[in-house]
Amino acid sequence: MTLPTAPMVPAVELTGLRVAFGKTQVVDGVDLRLERGQALALIGESGSGKSVTLRAILRLFPAGRSRIEGHIQAAGRDVLALDKRALSEFRGGDVSMIFQEPLLAFDPVYTVGQQIIEAIRRHETISQADARARALALLERVRIPSPERRLDNYPHEMSGGMRQRAMIALALSCRPQVLLADEPTTALDATVQIQVLLLLRELQRDLGLSIVIVTHDLGAAVEVADRIAVMYAGKIVETGTAREIVRDPHHPYTIGLLRSRAEGALAKGSRLETIPGSPPDLANRPPGCPFAPRCFLAGDRCHREMPPVAEVSPGHKVACWHTEDAAAAYRAGPTPLAVEMA
Amino acid sequence: MTAPLTAASVALDGNLAAPPDAPEAFVASRGFWGHVGHRLVRDPVAMTAGAVILIVVAIAVLSPWITPMDPYKGSMLRRLKPVGDATYWLGSDELGRDMISRLMLGSRLSLFMGVTPVLIAFVIGSSIGILAGYVGGWTNTILMRTIDVFFAFPSVLLAIALSGALGAGIFNSIVSLTCVFVPQIARVAESVTTGIRKRDYIDAAKLSGASALTIMRVQVLGNVVGPIFVYSTSLISVSMILASGLSFLGLGVRPPEPEWGLMLNTLRTAIYVNPVVAALPGLAIFIVSISFNLFSDGLRNAMEIRQ
Amino acid sequence: MSVIPSSPDPFAADRGGPAQPLLSVSGLVKHFPVRKGTGPKRVVRAVDGVDFDVLKGETLGIVGESGCGKSTTAKLLMGLIERDTGDMLYDGQAIGGRAMPWRSYRRQAQMVFQDSYASLNPRMTVEQSIAFGPKVNGVPGRQAVERARALLARVGLEPKRFAGRYPHEISGGQRQRVNIARALALEPRLVLLDEAVSALDKSVEAQVLNLLLDLKAEFGLTYIFISHDLNVVRFISDRVMVMYLGRVAEIGPSDSVLAAPGHPYTQALLASMPSLDPDNRTQKALLAGDPPNPIDPPGGCRFHPRCALAEGVCGQVEPPLDPVMTLHRVACLARQPGSGHSAAPAQVLAA
Repeated sequence: MTLPTAPMVPAVELTGLRVAFGKTQVVDGVDLRLERGQALALIGESGSGKSVTLRAILRLFPAGRSRIEGHIQAAGRDVLALDKRALSEFRGGDVSMIFQEPLLAFDPVYTVGQQIIEAIRRHETISQADARARALALLERVRIPSPERRLDNYPHEMSGGMRQRAMIALALSCRPQVLLADEPTTALDATVQIQVLLLLRELQRDLGLSIVIVTHDLGAAVEVADRIAVMYAGKIVETGTAREIVRDPHHPYTIGLLRSRAEGALAKGSRLETIPGSPPDLANRPPGCPFAPRCFLAGDRCHREMPPVAEVSPGHKVACWHTEDAAAAYRAGPTPLAVEMA
Repeated sequence: MTAPLTAASVALDGNLAAPPDAPEAFVASRGFWGHVGHRLVRDPVAMTAGAVILIVVAIAVLSPWITPMDPYKGSMLRRLKPVGDATYWLGSDELGRDMISRLMLGSRLSLFMGVTPVLIAFVIGSSIGILAGYVGGWTNTILMRTIDVFFAFPSVLLAIALSGALGAGIFNSIVSLTCVFVPQIARVAESVTTGIRKRDYIDAAKLSGASALTIMRVQVLGNVVGPIFVYSTSLISVSMILASGLSFLGLGVRPPEPEWGLMLNTLRTAIYVNPVVAALPGLAIFIVSISFNLFSDGLRNAMEIRQ
Repeated sequence: MSVIPSSPDPFAADRGGPAQPLLSVSGLVKHFPVRKGTGPKRVVRAVDGVDFDVLKGETLGIVGESGCGKSTTAKLLMGLIERDTGDMLYDGQAIGGRAMPWRSYRRQAQMVFQDSYASLNPRMTVEQSIAFGPKVNGVPGRQAVERARALLARVGLEPKRFAGRYPHEISGGQRQRVNIARALALEPRLVLLDEAVSALDKSVEAQVLNLLLDLKAEFGLTYIFISHDLNVVRFISDRVMVMYLGRVAEIGPSDSVLAAPGHPYTQALLASMPSLDPDNRTQKALLAGDPPNPIDPPGGCRFHPRCALAEGVCGQVEPPLDPVMTLHRVACLARQPGSGHSAAPAQVLAA
């Protein structure tokens, strides 16, 4: 094992990750690196492969029906090389995960306290009383009011936001180095969402946690993430710091995402800029850049050849043949980028 | 094709290669039952079960003309011949009648007793259940509580009690079996309908100003009939076994009519002499009822809509 | 698009003239009984005295957290559940009364639901779903199907490709277009959109919002747009109504309400929208905890237990919905002269 503080070993590193279910290549060559203590947001629309990429880090797929290739390194472990025992130790121990729906993470017939204590004692030899004390501290840590009482609550006795916090506490119970969050705030009210996002940020800062958060909401991503990776059709099309992605996007898809937001509208009631068409069928992938059929800059080459990943500035990588044109188009301001929807 | 990105993916490229410029295929939709049929055809288990059912039905229909011997003609000299006998391929029964002929002819009554009560119960039970489920409220409570009373009795007991009260005979057996299945089907129909009633598309239909009857006919019926039908097909095997049981007890078909349950009963005495022959009607019941079950399982799978 | 029959004149069915609200709701109340053990009988005060108007040709946005009563309000407006008390006037006529029975009202008011899949019958083709409404309203089958196809084309779905498809065979965005076409098939004047774009991906959401704008202009529609996304509401609405625990907290022109909110709750809602500015991320959530349960709401101002401005008087006096500016009304004692709240503006002396 390497020292956890070694700066050279990233918290998560994916190299050439490909995941297929049957004939459908859901994740198609993803390279991703998360430094320790950083928060990374994977954003994309439904079917972009962002959730599958996240789940691959814990190998959360039925073995028979999926095919994973490439290399996955997380918390210093080679994930694809782990045997069954090591994998279950690794899940929840070194790397743990929170989901959109907390009710699925909890067993309805045990109290929240029992489940956190059980999780702690599964990974560590520790007395019941000590485990309970730690569970209590965890609930305090995630800012659940009157934690003493809540420890003895069943999951269904808690409100949505509280359950989400309890699930974060459960995920933190074995002091993981990496926290994976799959759409953790999508089902929540905006007023609760911001609280959970702020909590994640606080945990990252105070515990030195490395976080990968998957979301379809650029706004939520910007609130927590240091870096953002934009996924489209199983590929990462752009990665950079949150600032680079929001202020200086170089991929036409990222630009489309930014421009189609309602708050970016020129004026109330004026039409929104949209990305025409819909994502490609992953079982029947066209050659070339997967975004080409919907892209306002696409040329012949885009339809023929997949663009290589270009580094437009240190750490800001874009998979596009026309990065400069795209960036220029964005800087030029909101002009009608594309004809109306298909 | 795209240049492979990693060494690992090279080997796979062949697998993934799809015709690069295959035109987007927009096949006209097959329709719901088209989809079901399409999937059913590709389910080998359901297809085998379906084939068995078809064969048995064909035998049942044609049996008066195709039985190798007279199923009623016995011979005191040739009783209980074993399976594989030169004259009696599947042996002969305790009165020396040809087993194969009796099994073939017996399939008529057995199938009839299996299908008819379920069919009648399907019509009555789903009407009650759909009505209770769609209307809800007090109507639902009254109907379903009444139905629940029937559930208090085990179905075998109920069938025997009803048949016993009505007296022996094919018609009375059918009546009593129907009474056994109506509550079961109604219960399923009610729960399916209640589930459907809460869907948004029913609300949308209400907003379009359609009457309750129209909504039931156009929007509800199509969605509930499938599941109820599947459940009902699974009852056919139960009905066959219960009918056989009634005959076995002397409450159903009367001798000398061949019926599998009755045959099982009369051959019971021969179980020590020729167990294989004595078991044959039971085997027939087993094969046919399991075929109905497997077929209804396949049907249920085929009807699941994957989003 | 002259293919769609008899729609282009939005005011053909108009009665009271442009100044009369299309829909006028007052004192709307809906309580649901909760059965829980043997304790005293309790009720969920889902909607508890709501008044508002929807003007002809406008889009009224309704926002609030879950449990604020916005979806119940939608169902009450459409008659999908029965109101306990309250008056609803459609173009000056009482809905459910003799002049405007529910049946004729429904021909003029339609709804688009949030769940695009659950709101389409899985056993009916897209075309059958759209044609169902016109058919039950007496349009001959052939014509109803033609109208369905024309509407499909209008919402951006090529009829040849989509008319015969089933809901599970098309994407969420396409399904929501079908739902919109279905709502328009009866040529309504009022369309209620209940979180109609919330479940869609952002880029699809933008396409559908554009479509809604186009349709509104083309058919002279009036929208009630319910959403939890303030950005979307700001974009599409002329006026906004903010609901909290079954009551109206604030209502007014969206430019005014969302730019200079009068109610502390509206301010908190606005502050909880992600900033989209990496250099200026949200530092503090203005509201702690979850939205409260509408069973036994607090007395006085319902927001006072979570409010930063709360004072003793807020727990005792229920604030009326009073104007702070023309057309902009706020139910907060701190904004109302003479309310007894220390932050209240001085009484304006009548000239």
